This record gives sequence, C-alpha cells and structure tokens, in this order.
Amino acid sequence: MTVNRTYPDEPAGTFPRPSRTITDKEGREIQIRATEPDDRDALVEMYTAFDPSDRAQGIPPVKEYAIDNWLDTVLAEDCLNVIAWDGEEAVGHSMLVPDNADAYELAIFVLHTYQGAGIGTELLKTLLGHVQEHDIETVWLTVERWNEPAIELYKKVGFEVCGAESFEIEMSIRLR
Amino acid sequence: MNVLLGHDGSEGSWDAFHQTLERAAVAGDDVTIAIYDDTAVDATPEEIEQQVESELDAYEVDVEIRHIDGHVGGMLVEMVDSENFDRLVISGGKRSTLGKIRLGSVAEFVVLNSETPVTLVR
Repeated sequence: MTVNRTYPDEPAGTFPRPSRTITDKEGREIQIRATEPDDRDALVEMYTAFDPSDRAQGIPPVKEYAIDNWLDTVLAEDCLNVIAWDGEEAVGHSMLVPDNADAYELAIFVLHTYQGAGIGTELLKTLLGHVQEHDIETVWLTVERWNEPAIELYKKVGFEVCGAESFEIEMSIRLR
Repeated sequence: MNVLLGHDGSEGSWDAFHQTLERAAVAGDDVTIAIYDDTAVDATPEEIEQQVESELDAYEVDVEIRHIDGHVGGMLVEMVDSENFDRLVISGGKRSTLGKIRLGSVAEFVVLNSETPVTLVR
C-alpha cells in the first residue's frame, strides 16, 4: 500500500446527503440511503446475482460464505455504506472502509442490469455526501487501468489520479 | 520440471514454498530457491535461509538456494529466462482491508516480463 499518498489541494464541492430518491435514465425510481442493519440479506442477494465479469480486484467474492465474510468487514461499525434500492431490491452498493493507515478506501458496485443508467454516479455522490457528514477529509481508491468507465466516473465527481505505477490506478479526493 | 521459486519470507512466499515442494516431491522437479529481502518482512535473508533449510527436512527434494538483491524482479526474470528453468513460482497480491487485491511490484514485474511461464500463488 502506498503510505505517502497524495490528495488534491482543493476540496471537491458539497455532495448530496442520504437519503434521496432519484429517477434513473430508464425512468426507475431509485432510493439511495445509508445502510441499516436489516439490509444485509438484500446485499447478499445482490452479490450472489453479481456478474462475475464486473468483479474488480478480487471483490465481490463469488462463493456465498466468502461474500458473507467480506460483508462482515465492509459493514463493520467504523465503515460507511450506502445502498441504491429499486423497491425491495438492492441494485447498487458503495462503501468506505478505514484502512490500517488512518485513511479511507472507497469502492462501489452496481448490479449489471442497472448499469449505464446514472445510478453509479448518484450512488457515489451520495456516499461522498455521507462521508462529509462524518467529517472525513480524504478518501482513496484503486481501479484497474482498463476500467475506463469507472475512471471517468471517479474523475467526474472530483477524484484525481495520485498513483499509476502499477496494474491499478490509485485515485484520491479531498472532501473538506 | 526445473522450477525457480522466489522467496522473500512473507506468508505468501511460504505458501508458494510448500506448494512447490509438495509438487516437486511427487513430480521429481528440481527446485532452486532465490531468497531476497523485502522491507515489509521482518526476517533477514539469512533467517529465511535457515528456516528454509529446516522446513526442507519434510521433503525429499534436492534444492539449490541462492540469494539475490538489487532489482529483484529483473534478477528473477534474467535467471529464469537465461538458465534452464521451465517455470517461475512467486507469491504476490495483498488485500486491502476493504478486500481489493493489489499485486506487489516484484510479482507484477515478473508476470509482465518473464518469457518463462509464471505461477502466481496468492
């Protein structure tokens, strides 16, 4: 892990707080809200249905017990999570997890049948709004260098590339 | 098969070590272990060699031990491609707390640059 990570000098703007409802490009009403304890089963369902080709750097895991273990980590009390809902179905999930170096790593997943409808952008913005509510200043992530749609999405909301010397591009954002 | 194993004393390296030796014992592979220092690992190359020697007692395999330093990825690729090796085995890939895997620089270098097949253990 990069310890001397750089972050942008200027904070990105203010992001929308959860909960909120958006209409996606397909006309679906999508509710985006912070995770509640009861949401776990819906996430297990979402990740069990997840398209393997949409996995990134080994997550989400494939087997159900591994999904379960992974959700234990990312839903822990010191993490921040928001979920996008189409009715009762979880269709997107973005998470912020403290690493062991006093920094925060972000990841986002959208179910393949809901991609390309603008949900990822709004979900990501809402997580960043939730992060601002918790007074966290900086966030980082990694993304595979061939995943251009994701890189574009991160740039659009204010992430900047801070490391590109390995297979993955590292990006960071300042929130306040 | 003539196998070169890169070993930096990390947990992953020990996994790769045991997998390689278990296979070698059955298949009759020749194994060369290249030991190198990783700043993220506490053990010195000498300590790694001592432990390798003692763990080798469990396997009936002839092993040659070497030490490399400098640009480790480059050294491994040069060794495996210029000598008579059939395979390079290396560990690499750590997960962040969130769960994403990132390859270490040595693993990434050899996967990209070796002309000999590479087995990545993680």
